[in-house]
Amino acid sequence: MNLLSALGDGLVIARRNLIKLKRVPDVLVFVLLSPIMFVLLFAYVFGSAIDIPGGSYREFLMGGIFGQTVVFGATFTGAGLAEDMQKGIIDRFRSLPMSRAAVVLGRTASDVIYNIITLTVMAITGLIVGWRIRGSLLDALAGFLLLLLFAYSVSWIMALLGLSVPSPEVLNNASFIVIFPMTFIANTFVPAESLPAVLRVFAEWNPISSLVQAVRELFGNIPPGAPEPASWPLQNPVIYTVFWSCLIIAVFAPLAVRRYVRVAKKS
Amino acid sequence: MKDIIQATGLVKRYGDVVALDGLDLSVREGTIVALLGPNGAGKTTAVSVLTTLIEPDEGSATVAGVDVLGDPAEVRKLIGLSGQYAAVDKDLTGFENLDMIGCLYHLGRKKARSRARELLDRFDLADAADRPVKTYSGGMRRRLDLAGALVAESPVLFLDEPTTGLDLISRRELWRLIRTLVDQGATLLLTTQYLEEADRLADDVLVIDKGKTIAHGTVDELKDMVGGERIGIKVTDRDDLPAVNEILGRVAVGELQREERSRTVVAPVSGGARELAAVLQAFEDHQLRISEAVLRRPTLDDVFLALTGASAESREQTPESAKPGRRGRGSR
Repeated sequence: MNLLSALGDGLVIARRNLIKLKRVPDVLVFVLLSPIMFVLLFAYVFGSAIDIPGGSYREFLMGGIFGQTVVFGATFTGAGLAEDMQKGIIDRFRSLPMSRAAVVLGRTASDVIYNIITLTVMAITGLIVGWRIRGSLLDALAGFLLLLLFAYSVSWIMALLGLSVPSPEVLNNASFIVIFPMTFIANTFVPAESLPAVLRVFAEWNPISSLVQAVRELFGNIPPGAPEPASWPLQNPVIYTVFWSCLIIAVFAPLAVRRYVRVAKKS
Repeated sequence: MKDIIQATGLVKRYGDVVALDGLDLSVREGTIVALLGPNGAGKTTAVSVLTTLIEPDEGSATVAGVDVLGDPAEVRKLIGLSGQYAAVDKDLTGFENLDMIGCLYHLGRKKARSRARELLDRFDLADAADRPVKTYSGGMRRRLDLAGALVAESPVLFLDEPTTGLDLISRRELWRLIRTLVDQGATLLLTTQYLEEADRLADDVLVIDKGKTIAHGTVDELKDMVGGERIGIKVTDRDDLPAVNEILGRVAVGELQREERSRTVVAPVSGGARELAAVLQAFEDHQLRISEAVLRRPTLDDVFLALTGASAESREQTPESAKPGRRGRGSR
C-alpha cells in the first residue's frame, strides 16, 4: 500500500516535471541541444585527430560520449530538486497527504524519460555523422538499457546532493568537481591501457569505464584488432556495471528519501 | 460547537529568536478565526505547526481531533493550505496545477480534472486556465493558490496572509471568495496584518505579539478595546501643535498619539465625520494652519498601541530571522 501510493504520487510528480520540457527553454537546451553539440564536437574535433588501426576513432568515441552525457545528465536531477526545495511549491507538497518519497521518486523517474530523449537525439546525430551499430539490434537495445540503468543510479547520488545544498548553482559547481574526473579518468575518450599507472588502475575499476566498454561491445564498436582488456571489470563490463548500478541505488535511494523527509521537517 | 483546531503552549525557537512563546489557540467548527499581528509575530510559524510543516519545540495541537505531532499524515488529509508565497508551479498552467494537487489528494484522475475546472470557473480563472502561471498577475496567482487549498474540499482551511501585497481590487475579490467558503461549512484559520481584513472576514480574532496571544475576542470587542475611528491632523507650523492638541483632546475618547517630528496628532473619536467637521471649524476659529486632516478606521497599529503601548512597527522582529521556511534552509 505504502509503496503503491509512493509510486502513484511519484508518477504525478514525474508528469509535472515532464510538462516543463515544453515550457522551460533551459530544460529543452539541456535535454536536446547539448547532446547534439557533444556528438558534433567530439566527432569533428577529436574524431578525426586520432587513428585507430582497423577501426574508426569516431565510432570508438560514441560509446564514451553516450556514457559521459548520461552521467552529466544526472546533475539535472539534483539541480531540479535543489530548485524545487527553494520554491513555494514545496510547501504545498509538504502539506498534502502524498507519499514522502514521491518528490524524489518522481524526479528520478522523469529524468529517465529525459535520458531516453537525450539518447535518441544523440543516436540520430551519431548516425548522421557516420556512427553505426555493428552488432545485433537486441544487443544495441541492451546497450541503451544499460546506459539508462546506470544513469538512473547516478541520479540518486545527485538527488541526495541536490537535497543537501542551498541552491542549484552550488549543486552544479560541486557535482562537476566530482563528475569531470570520474568521466575523464576512464576509457571514455582514450583506451584505459594508455593511461599512466595509477590513473590506469582507477580507470579500469571505474564503473563509467565498464559502462562505456559494455556499450561499445553491445554496439559492436570495438575494432576487430583491439587488444583484450587486462582487468576483470573491463572483461565483464555488463555484470560489473549492473552490479554498481544496483549497489548505488540500494545505498543512495534510501539516503535521498530520508534526506527529503528530514529537510521537509526541519525547515 | 466543538473546537476543531486546538493548540496548547506552542513554543518554537530559531536560534535566539523565539517565534512562538507558549501560544494557545482554539477554533470552533464552522467559524473563521483570524490571527492578527505584525511581521514576525509568529503567525506563519503557528500555521506551519498546525499544518505539519514544522514541529514545535514544545506544546501540542490537534486538528479535527487528530494529533498534529502524533499523526501528521492523517492531519494532511483533512486540511487545505494556502501560503503567503503563492505555492503554485509557475511553469504549469492553472489547470495543470490544480489537477496535480487533486491527484496528490488522491481524488482520482477524473475527479481531479473536473474539480480543477470547477474551481477555475469559480475563481474566475477559466480564461487563463491553460496558460502557464508565470503569465498570471499577482492577484490571479493568489486566487489559484487559494483554489489549490480547496481542491479536496478539506474541512479545515489555513490561509496564511492571503491578500498581503495585493491591490485593493484583488483583495476585495479574494475576500468575497473566502467568505463563500465558510458558507459551505469549512472552518478557516487565516493570518493577516490588516485589521480591516479580520473585520471583513473573521468571527473571532486572536491578536498575536511576539509568539503569544495578547487579546482574544470578536472584532467588535476588539474595536471597543481600541476605540472607534481616528482623526489625524497634520499642522503646517510646529508652533500650532499645542493648540491642536488641546482641541483634539476635548473630543478624543482615548489617549492622543503625538508625533513632533512629523507634526501630526491622532485622536480616537466616536463621532465620525460630524466630529471632524467640528474640529476643523475650531481650527479655523483659532486660525491654525492645517496641511492634512483625515478620518480613518483603526489599523493594526492602533490595536497594538492600545494593547501594548507600542506601535506594531516597533514590535516587528526581523522577518528574515523569525520566519521559518525556505529562507532558513541555507544556514544548515
